[in-house]
Amino acid sequence: MRHTLSVMVENEPGVLSRVAGLFSGRGFNIESLNVAPTLEKGVSLMTVVAEGDDAIIEQIVKQLRKLVPIVRVVDMTELQSVDREMILIKVNAEDSKRAEILRITDIFRCKVVDVSMDELTIECTGDRGKISAILNLLSRFGIKEIARTGNVAMRRAMQVTE
Amino acid sequence: MEMTGAQILLKCLEKEGVDVMFGFPGGAVIDIYDEIPNFSVEHILVRHEQGAIHAADGYARATGETGVCLVTSGPGATNTVTGIATAYMDSIPVVIFTGQVPTPLIGNDAFQEVDIVGITRPCTKHNYLVKDIKDLARTVRQAFYLARSGRPGPVLVDLPKDIVNQKCDFEWPEDVTMRSYNPTVKPHVGQVRKVAKLIRNAQRPLIYSGGGVVLSKSHEELRWLADNLDIPVTSTLMGLGAYPGNGKHWLGMLGMHGTYSANMAVNNCDLLLAVGARFDDRVTGKVSTFAPHATIVHIDVDPTSIQKNVSVHVPLVADCKSALGSLKKEMEALVSEEDWERKHEEWNSQLEEWDRLHPLTYNDVDDAIKPQYVVEQIQEITKGDAIIATEVGQNQMWAAQFLKINEPNRFLTSGGLGTMGYGFPAAMGAQRAFPDKLVIDVAGDGSIQMNIQEMMTVVCNKLPVKIVILNNGYLGMVRQWQELFYKKNYCETCMDAQPDFVKLAEAYGAEGYRITEKKDVNKVLKKAFATDKPAIIDVRVTKEENVYPMVPAGASLTEMLLV
Ligand SMILES: Cc1ncc(C[n+]2csc(CCOP(=O)(O)OP(=O)(O)O)c2C)c(N)n1
Ligand SMILES: [Mg+2]
Repeated sequence: MRHTLSVMVENEPGVLSRVAGLFSGRGFNIESLNVAPTLEKGVSLMTVVAEGDDAIIEQIVKQLRKLVPIVRVVDMTELQSVDREMILIKVNAEDSKRAEILRITDIFRCKVVDVSMDELTIECTGDRGKISAILNLLSRFGIKEIARTGNVAMRRAMQVTE
Repeated sequence: MEMTGAQILLKCLEKEGVDVMFGFPGGAVIDIYDEIPNFSVEHILVRHEQGAIHAADGYARATGETGVCLVTSGPGATNTVTGIATAYMDSIPVVIFTGQVPTPLIGNDAFQEVDIVGITRPCTKHNYLVKDIKDLARTVRQAFYLARSGRPGPVLVDLPKDIVNQKCDFEWPEDVTMRSYNPTVKPHVGQVRKVAKLIRNAQRPLIYSGGGVVLSKSHEELRWLADNLDIPVTSTLMGLGAYPGNGKHWLGMLGMHGTYSANMAVNNCDLLLAVGARFDDRVTGKVSTFAPHATIVHIDVDPTSIQKNVSVHVPLVADCKSALGSLKKEMEALVSEEDWERKHEEWNSQLEEWDRLHPLTYNDVDDAIKPQYVVEQIQEITKGDAIIATEVGQNQMWAAQFLKINEPNRFLTSGGLGTMGYGFPAAMGAQRAFPDKLVIDVAGDGSIQMNIQEMMTVVCNKLPVKIVILNNGYLGMVRQWQELFYKKNYCETCMDAQPDFVKLAEAYGAEGYRITEKKDVNKVLKKAFATDKPAIIDVRVTKEENVYPMVPAGASLTEMLLV
């Protein structure tokens, strides 16, 4: 199963390579990884999406916690959380197709961020499902290029139990 | 008071209570060497940086304290990597200081520049590049704290030459606070109770103890449990000595070259108490058939060890000392309540039976010297009162099998990495820590040539290490595998082209002995052990002896090849 891990790290040189090295050295798969500062001084948030069975994910979480500059590791998949990713999609858009593409853009509440004679670049934010849906719909027009940020996630304020 | 980086470093070492470091100078650390005479820390000049790191490691293993090593940038630093990985695999506390090119040159491929922090990231517990002299004292303090706390391990501190030369006010940080590092120490009370209950209910309990017991100095607690509750004990290579080799409940080592009774015990126990051990593949054999009838309890300070190789029923994350201490407290009340000896009588007599059936043994002969016989004679002469280091290979396994290690910190061996060339420099480090003790390196003819240059170091520092070479003219352990699993294709394992070890010893100013007849073994070893000089004893043993029992790699523990 795919897990989203929020990893709070001391913002110091080498920390990214410690995390990346842990994954490569132990043969874990990273699907996406991103890093940026947080509100807390000196602490950055890394969001790692990793794939594996429960035992592998347990090892990944423990191994991450063992790295000295890692402050906290939370497996967001175990919580109710908001997961988002942003993608930029450059798609073929000759005149006859343009209206249809814009309609899809609208339905998905995306934005057009760049235009040329025969291309549109669309910015789309959403969870994994939404992003694969729009990619799917746009593919028949011919997608020329994509750039994705990788996941970020946040714990929901209310954790509802059934 | 204002001090240079070099002075701050050495002052910090004094504050940490370091009395000796092993090292080798070079351009990037010359400023540190310039200050060494002004501080109390003694420096031992080795002949190769690998010797320095293994010596620091041997010092740490023999004393239970932190070993220290100082080397220059570039090749000096890379020469320590094998030793760092060796210490890392066995969780040994060492702090390594490496010189580095001046900060403005870092990344420019400067002379003798190497990214040692990058290179050693996966084989250190943590490492640092000091970029600001204001961070130096705190970094050194943290390095020592990390090296010895939690699950111990090597920590490297890289010191650029300009930082070492700058000046700054020296301030010793009394406390170490690191918000991201809190090694779990205290055991969970509920889990301890659960373990106590399991012990109470078990009919066939077994303790499987590892290096963690030695590292956390919890051998007394372990012995108490075994002796008062009448529980048999087996251990890994790293755990030897925690329970005495001549103790009543001792079964011998388990695993690939474990005893028949220890491996059968694992296979038949109904409760396995794993303490400070990590279910290494050399111990478990085929994981799916390991301890098939047992409830497994795993006590370890490192959560990543738990559920890594084997799925355990009751994990207990804690320092072994406090975990076994709490368990002892829990059990104390019960000791008198039950007749433990009676309770485990059947189990213990079954174990004795297995041991009678297939004891640890070998086919001795009169007209040649069997390597096991030599080890037995070492045992006979020292009566266990010596510090033993080993090289790697058959020599290491025979030492582990046939010596009776009665105390922790007495058996220094590269378990996790299996580093040939480890034993001699490690013995040197141990000898420096205990100048009056007999320190013996049980060596192979192949391994000893990997760090033989340290002969000069032991001679000029008057460290009377004794090297007993079990000289079989082969890379014996590899040859054994070739014999058993590769149709005797002894490709590149015959090493009978070798130096005259006696002359070699003499050339260095040490004593050299050669033993070619069985009747001389005891006599000559005794003589060599009695001199106050370092000595090499070259014992010509039978060439194609094998280590048994042996569980072939990947087989179940019960599939032992026996003598
Ligand atoms: C540095 C290193 N290189 C290679 C090996 C692989 N290896 C393991 S045991 C062994 C043979 C060691 O020969 P020797 O020291 O003569 O010991 P013996 O097995 O003959 O007692 C070798 C080559 C190793 N463990 N370490
Ligand atoms: Mg040999």
